[in-house]
Amino acid sequence: MVVFLFALVAPVIYASYLSVYQNKLVGGRSFAGLANYTTAVLDPQFYAALWRVTLFLLVQVPIMLALSTIAAIAIDSARLYFSALFRISLFLPYAVPSVIAALMWGFMYGTDFGLVGNLNSFLGIRLPDPLSSNFVLIALGNISTWEFVGYNMLILYAALRIVPKDLYEAAEIDGAGTFQVIRSIKLPAMRPAFVVALIFSVIGSFQLFNEPNVLKTLAPNTISSNFTPNMYAYNLSFSGQQFNYSASIAIVMGVITMAVAYAVQVIGVRRENR
Amino acid sequence: MSGNTQNKAVEHDMRIGRSKRARAIPKKQLRKTTRTPRRSVLLTAVMCVMLVYSLIPLVWLVINSTKTQPSLFSTFGLWFSGDFALWDNIVGTFTYGGGEFGRWLLNTLLYVIVGAGGATVLATLAGYGLACFTFPGKRAVLAIILGTIAIPGTALAVPTFLMFSALGITNSPWAVIIPSLISPFGLYLIWTFAADALPVELLEAARIDGAGEFRIFRSISLRLLMPGFVTVLLFTFVATWNNYFLPLIMLSDPKWFPLTVGLNNWNEQARSSGGHAIYNLIITGSLLTIVPIVIMFLIMQRYWQSGLAAGSVKG
Repeated sequence: MVVFLFALVAPVIYASYLSVYQNKLVGGRSFAGLANYTTAVLDPQFYAALWRVTLFLLVQVPIMLALSTIAAIAIDSARLYFSALFRISLFLPYAVPSVIAALMWGFMYGTDFGLVGNLNSFLGIRLPDPLSSNFVLIALGNISTWEFVGYNMLILYAALRIVPKDLYEAAEIDGAGTFQVIRSIKLPAMRPAFVVALIFSVIGSFQLFNEPNVLKTLAPNTISSNFTPNMYAYNLSFSGQQFNYSASIAIVMGVITMAVAYAVQVIGVRRENR
Repeated sequence: MSGNTQNKAVEHDMRIGRSKRARAIPKKQLRKTTRTPRRSVLLTAVMCVMLVYSLIPLVWLVINSTKTQPSLFSTFGLWFSGDFALWDNIVGTFTYGGGEFGRWLLNTLLYVIVGAGGATVLATLAGYGLACFTFPGKRAVLAIILGTIAIPGTALAVPTFLMFSALGITNSPWAVIIPSLISPFGLYLIWTFAADALPVELLEAARIDGAGEFRIFRSISLRLLMPGFVTVLLFTFVATWNNYFLPLIMLSDPKWFPLTVGLNNWNEQARSSGGHAIYNLIITGSLLTIVPIVIMFLIMQRYWQSGLAAGSVKG
């Protein structure tokens, strides 16, 4: 039992140790109080990054979750040929490391040997460059959607699987059509799973780092060093050596992420109880 | 069936319990009478579009890993070029830069085996302890664990780096392994799993029979917990294998890089003005990186599905 206790408490102590240490670091060697936080709140570069990920969150996440929901319902409906094939294939991108996903898509976006370049020369047209500053956010959104559609679909699908079959039978006896069944049974059944998927997506958006950082090498002019808050924190501490400020940005972002995730959860649970 | 006999049948059902009724009527017949899912070509077509979307980058990757550097630029991206250079590319990937790729592969394996393996063992011990024992402060511990699940790993990465550099252990394998050892989500999964799968009576019976706690754990609990254990192992495995941000900030010496950081390093080199254009090697390297994990996913489908189900339904 001592072993269990030890193994249980060790990670927790470690985590709390971390959090204490963070607070110390924010203060810095010489005590700076909340000065770093006031700088962060007033920093236009930080705001630009925060705005970018918020925009990303507001556009990419709804599209992705809508696709996941449709796919989950379709696979659950038993009206599909080869549903197992679809389930597995759609989930497969989740196994691909985000770095490699970004590399692959980055190459495909590229005009020299990517698919976009192929299409241009094949059709003799000039498609807009996905890595130009107007489209790069869409290009990133596409990568994230590709990676996580299947994952979210499976979360939602798992929730649909536990709906008791009697419920569908009852609905059919009552003469409910397909769409009515979806609206009154399937969507409510998916709500808890949907909240979970939404929370993961919110966290993923606010903490966006891997994909833009990889694409940055392919499009150095369009992706700035403060493209997302995490990239900003990273570049501050590694290129700028501003460790304390970087830590406060990381903490501010952590707090914002948790606050939004918590809000999503509270709203989701409240709706459920109503 | 007349109304009277139906009533009797219902009465009968109530007496013998529902499960027996389901067995009494053949399953196929039951399905036929209640639900007739007609397969829809249209729906399948719509899903095919999503299927193509999901698979096209992977297909692209496979096709292009068979091309040489010049034909990568000169041929259409979604079809093979005349020369089949996959083998040369694999050899090139492993020999380029003094065999860096092999080194990175070994590093990744090290991080996965020690990090993900350790995380799974810790999560199992702790989750089991939480589910089966009561001790003072248990509620507080639970609250802390639930709190740490909500903290995204990437948010902790920069603070962890700052702490590790103060301790002087950055740029060593430990800097990557130690943070990977902690998996609050895995702990939570094992905990809910143990609470469901382990009958308290069984443990008590074993205790009365004089088995020690360790023996109980080893011979009873571990076996019952096996599916949960494998699920957590799978998820921590994927997380460690695919991890990029943490090793990127912790390591500056290429000899400790995992595959993800190393490959992007090649990409950066290839882009820089004096660098070699080694896109064929980057593409082949990417393929080699995802092949093991994709195979593992396909083999262990059952586990990740049950893991996701447990995580989402209860979370």
